[in-house]
Amino acid sequence: MPGPATRCPPTPSLARIGTLVAGALLLGFLALPFVALLLRVTPGELLSRLRGPVVLDALRLSFVTSLAATAIVVVLGVPMAYLLATRDFPGKRLVEVLIDLPMVLPPTVAGFALLMAFGRAGLAGRALEAFGISLPFTTTGVVVAQVFMAVPFMIGPARAGFTNLDPRLLDAAATLRARESFTFFHVALPLALPAILAGIAMSGARALGEFGATITFAGNLPGSTQTMPLAVYVAFESDLDAAVALSVLLLVMAFGLLLGLRAAPVGSFWGQHRARAQGR
Amino acid sequence: MTRARTLPALAMLALLVAFVAPPTGRAATGATSQTLQVFAAASLADAFNDLGRMLEQRHPGLVVRFNYTGSQQLAAQLEQGAVADLYASADDRWMSYAKDRGLVAGDPWLFARNRLVVIVPKTNPARIQKVQDIAKGGIKIVLGADAVPVGRYSRMVIRNLSRSEGFPSDFATRTLANVVSEEENVKSVVSKVQLGEADAGIVYHSDVTPAVARYIRVFEVPDSVNVIASYPMALVRGGTAPEAAKAFMELVLSAEGQRVLERHGLMPVAASNP
Amino acid sequence: MLELKVASRLGAFQLEAELDAADHSVTVLVGESGSGKSTLLRCLAGLVRPERGRIVVDGEAWFDAGTAVWRPAPERAVGMVTQDYALFPHLSAAENVAFGLRAERVPALERRQRVAAALERLGIASLAARRPHELSGGQQQRVAIARAIVLEPRLLLLDEPLSALDASSRRVIRAELRRLFDELPCMTLYVTHSPAEALSFGERIVVLESGRVSQSGPREQLMRSPRSPYVAEFLGVNLFRGALAGGASGGATRIALPQGELEVAERGGEGDVTVVVRPREITLALERPAGTARNVFEGEIEELVPEPPDGELVRVSLATHPPLIAEVTRQAVAALGLSPRRRVFASFKAAGVIVVGEPGG
Repeated sequence: MPGPATRCPPTPSLARIGTLVAGALLLGFLALPFVALLLRVTPGELLSRLRGPVVLDALRLSFVTSLAATAIVVVLGVPMAYLLATRDFPGKRLVEVLIDLPMVLPPTVAGFALLMAFGRAGLAGRALEAFGISLPFTTTGVVVAQVFMAVPFMIGPARAGFTNLDPRLLDAAATLRARESFTFFHVALPLALPAILAGIAMSGARALGEFGATITFAGNLPGSTQTMPLAVYVAFESDLDAAVALSVLLLVMAFGLLLGLRAAPVGSFWGQHRARAQGR
Repeated sequence: MTRARTLPALAMLALLVAFVAPPTGRAATGATSQTLQVFAAASLADAFNDLGRMLEQRHPGLVVRFNYTGSQQLAAQLEQGAVADLYASADDRWMSYAKDRGLVAGDPWLFARNRLVVIVPKTNPARIQKVQDIAKGGIKIVLGADAVPVGRYSRMVIRNLSRSEGFPSDFATRTLANVVSEEENVKSVVSKVQLGEADAGIVYHSDVTPAVARYIRVFEVPDSVNVIASYPMALVRGGTAPEAAKAFMELVLSAEGQRVLERHGLMPVAASNP
Repeated sequence: MLELKVASRLGAFQLEAELDAADHSVTVLVGESGSGKSTLLRCLAGLVRPERGRIVVDGEAWFDAGTAVWRPAPERAVGMVTQDYALFPHLSAAENVAFGLRAERVPALERRQRVAAALERLGIASLAARRPHELSGGQQQRVAIARAIVLEPRLLLLDEPLSALDASSRRVIRAELRRLFDELPCMTLYVTHSPAEALSFGERIVVLESGRVSQSGPREQLMRSPRSPYVAEFLGVNLFRGALAGGASGGATRIALPQGELEVAERGGEGDVTVVVRPREITLALERPAGTARNVFEGEIEELVPEPPDGELVRVSLATHPPLIAEVTRQAVAALGLSPRRRVFASFKAAGVIVVGEPGG
């Protein structure tokens, strides 16, 4: 018998090395463009650009429109996600495909389709015009384009959150005199909140970065429809430094949005419940 | 490491290498196949497509590829290192820009002209009967962005009209106040007017193709106040098919090529250096 | 007053059950897993809609297939407690208990009072602000019970409420439940697979086997005459089928079983009979007893199983012919040094053999 066993570090297998290398490559590939962007502009330059009217306009527009778009997506998307998670109905497959469509459609195509529907000469646009509502070339049109593209990014995570609900809790609520709407607001929603917040982050970021559908449907006018992504695109041709500054700004906003929502304390609260449920 | 694990591990390594190894680059120039990459202003699309086909027929094995978009974007792309053989711009400004940055080889050649027209949808929702009407309150005008050649020209035309007879002095201010969108290339302006989303737009005469004409009405602008756009083209430094590029330029400047341009609404030039 | 008669598809077989319950009664529903007990409870709760039948509570039809009446769960005066407690993890104990009252829009003051009273009753008032994950299993179950009874249901349904608890918690809560059921005015339906729980709660026991009620009635009746091997085994009773085989000496009648012979008090008749021998009636000895017992069997001990809840009694399964289950005290086991493989003598009187079911039947 050999002597007391000494613990050698296990030699890493080729598969493990391969995975690490692949991971490092991927991270490098993702990080490099951001780093390159950040290195092109100093904080001082960034701040001075911020004071320019074009940037301020774009910033304000982006902030207002993506906030409005995200709010609409939440109000419309969360109930839909709940229905999809808890119900079966004829045509459900079709509904699911429809909801995912904006995610796979090229944004410009989506913008064009929006024009066909809500443009002045569009299917529904004609009716809207009769009421004095005109969507193309307006800030509202920007919100419409953003909502259209951002919806699937909310419904995906939210639906998963509702699907993961313990059906026994929903049953218990029913036996406690709770009708479906009460159960939705007092049980389903609070428990699915982490997933919904993830959906808000994703859809918010998508709305913030929306370009193709916006420029096609709502147009491009500083002060009314030129959001940050559009401003970057325009600046790219005439003033490269301005483009860099705006891009960095957009990057920082998106980064902040995603980081902030991921770090929300809500997740840890239910985490305890989940840990125990798994441990049982 | 056991034999059973070697194979899949090697396969994974091979995959990694394949993704990491730099792409082998463009197809080597040779007698068998060659690609000519042309960067051209959007307004040249129809005409250049015809000319490209003609060149391909005369040079078997040659493939002509076009990148059509606003001249300003093409210049920016070239500046960022995009590879092309030929650059055809819709105005001198962006050609000079490219020239100043050493992106072109040799002198630019003037090969076409274009004039601007005012277009409105056939349904004419704003009831525009004459060019003066585009200053009417509340109508929606779509122009090219200022950086786009057609945008710059449009604004020049508007100012010229404002100073001319038969037009009120505040024509320019009122018209520009009606602008609801600044498009990044002239084709977007055409689309939005064609779709009826905009009440009026200013585009090149050459943009009124037969396909487009079905959906719009055209208002001519007198030459005295119009802007005649000059289209220069030049060889791009660092391209891979300079011979093919020269051949294309020759075709464009030839009588035959000029007829093609004319057919598509552009105005020919006398074949000579600018 | 509860009348239930439902029929429904249940996986591989049909659920067809009928049962009644009187006011202020406790009915125990027993059966193996998959027998349909939980489904039946869910039908009563309004979570599952049966295909056929009716459920009438206090004269009101909660379900009637004939007239297409179906009252969903939120509209039924039920309370339900399940094995996994199903407490809402994002609410405190008090908020859990208050849940149903809020759903019914009970005014805040009344709500607070009723919640406090319910918590007090279950002895968990001090835990009001704690979240479920901060409570032990027993405490969570108490919250679940409080949550159900605070709504003053007409029908209280408990689906194996104690099976997730450890033995000592189970004992304690069982005793509390016993007291609670005595006090509550509602009808209680208690599902369990534990004989001890069934026997301690159930004035009435309903046995479900493969979706059908194989027997229902007062506890004593079931113990006296179990109608199926499952019921017998569940209640810990020795059940045999054999043929009357004529007289034996001393005024006894022999019954021939496939595995051996029993002597029962004299009776006439011919044909097959079903007999029951209560485990308590069987005495164990290390040597052949010379007493009055007419039934003496020798065999090895197969297994010694302490009887829940506290192991004071021990079930001894014997490899005799026929196999027998005897019930003796823990002290007896210790005194005799009983252990598996030990050869012992099991004896019981002819009078201890009870004929259930008539000859030929």
